Amino acid sequence: MFEIAEIIIVLAVFLVLYRTIVGPRFFDRALAANVMGTKTVVLLVLIGFVYARPHFLDIALVYALINFIATLAILKYRESLGLD
Amino acid sequence: MSFILTFLLMFAFWMLLSGQTQPILLLLGVISSLLVAYWSHDLFIGKADIGQGIVRFLRLIRYIPWLLWQIVLANLHLVYLTLHPKMPIEPTMMTFKTNFNTDMGVFILATSITLTPGTVTVEATRDEFVVHSISKTTAESLVSGEMQARVKEIEGHRV
Amino acid sequence: MDVKTIITAVLLFTGCFFIVVAAIGVVRFPDFFARMHPAGKGDTLGQALILLSLMVYEGFTLITVKLFIIMVFILVANPTGSHFIAKGAYVAGVKPTKAHEEVDISSSEVAVSSTSKKHCGVDSAS
Repeated sequence: MFEIAEIIIVLAVFLVLYRTIVGPRFFDRALAANVMGTKTVVLLVLIGFVYARPHFLDIALVYALINFIATLAILKYRESLGLD
Repeated sequence: MSFILTFLLMFAFWMLLSGQTQPILLLLGVISSLLVAYWSHDLFIGKADIGQGIVRFLRLIRYIPWLLWQIVLANLHLVYLTLHPKMPIEPTMMTFKTNFNTDMGVFILATSITLTPGTVTVEATRDEFVVHSISKTTAESLVSGEMQARVKEIEGHRV
Repeated sequence: MDVKTIITAVLLFTGCFFIVVAAIGVVRFPDFFARMHPAGKGDTLGQALILLSLMVYEGFTLITVKLFIIMVFILVANPTGSHFIAKGAYVAGVKPTKAHEEVDISSSEVAVSSTSKKHCGVDSAS
């Protein structure tokens, strides 16, 4: 059951990866990267349940924090460099 | 006072994350909680009124079930828009005025607007909100102002 | 097949459905501000449902508390992050496809500005 859910989420990540590569502007790419990060957190939690290792939950929590900080950081970086 | 409260919260969080009661781990937890509380208690609580904060938190808990129901409605609306073959969207931007006293009210209203059907906050200050809405009916539901009244009730706003 | 497994499966696959719909929406919507909607909403509810199903599956242990912390953090952080991206795009001048409207919420009437060239930040008539 959890394996099927993982496969579905990986397919969804590939769909969003299209927008990350093609996305006409910088903001589309940042948005798609943020969405992919959220899906990755869920994927990490599911991997922890499939292999019965609860340590993956700590990794997922840290990844959620990093994902949020990275979104803020990359937008600040863009502001200072004027990327598009 | 704020130092002790921050220390207790940080130590409870440490206990939740580690879940072990060996003496060396407890000692490390106490040391790191003390350090974090010493460095950041003025940022975390500061001179805020703790009693008023607790009252607002209780009011916020009463607000959450309504918000969760709105999130479910928002997602059903989003599923309809996304899977409809012609995609019946009419995107518009709109501006409206607000008057909030606290940043917490602005934050709760901005998050609630993002999570409720068909609207996303674009810019939020105490005086003015810029909102992007995706179809006409959802824009009208925001104009009725029910959500703003609820958030002001949490804030303790006397109109 | 007891009741707990059925509840877990229903919540898990509903969450997967919302996540896939959010991904389709991010790919399919025509302009940037429309793509904000699936990114801000669909993901938030999808991950909440999946983590809730795992909480039901696990019962009440320390793992449940950690799952709850992750769920609440993403419920708060995901709308905030997407709002930050939207604000950056708005300041940088990404234009939505339709014209701008002025809405006065206190008198609860919609005043649509007839000229579409009106600047976004300047609010005059209300």
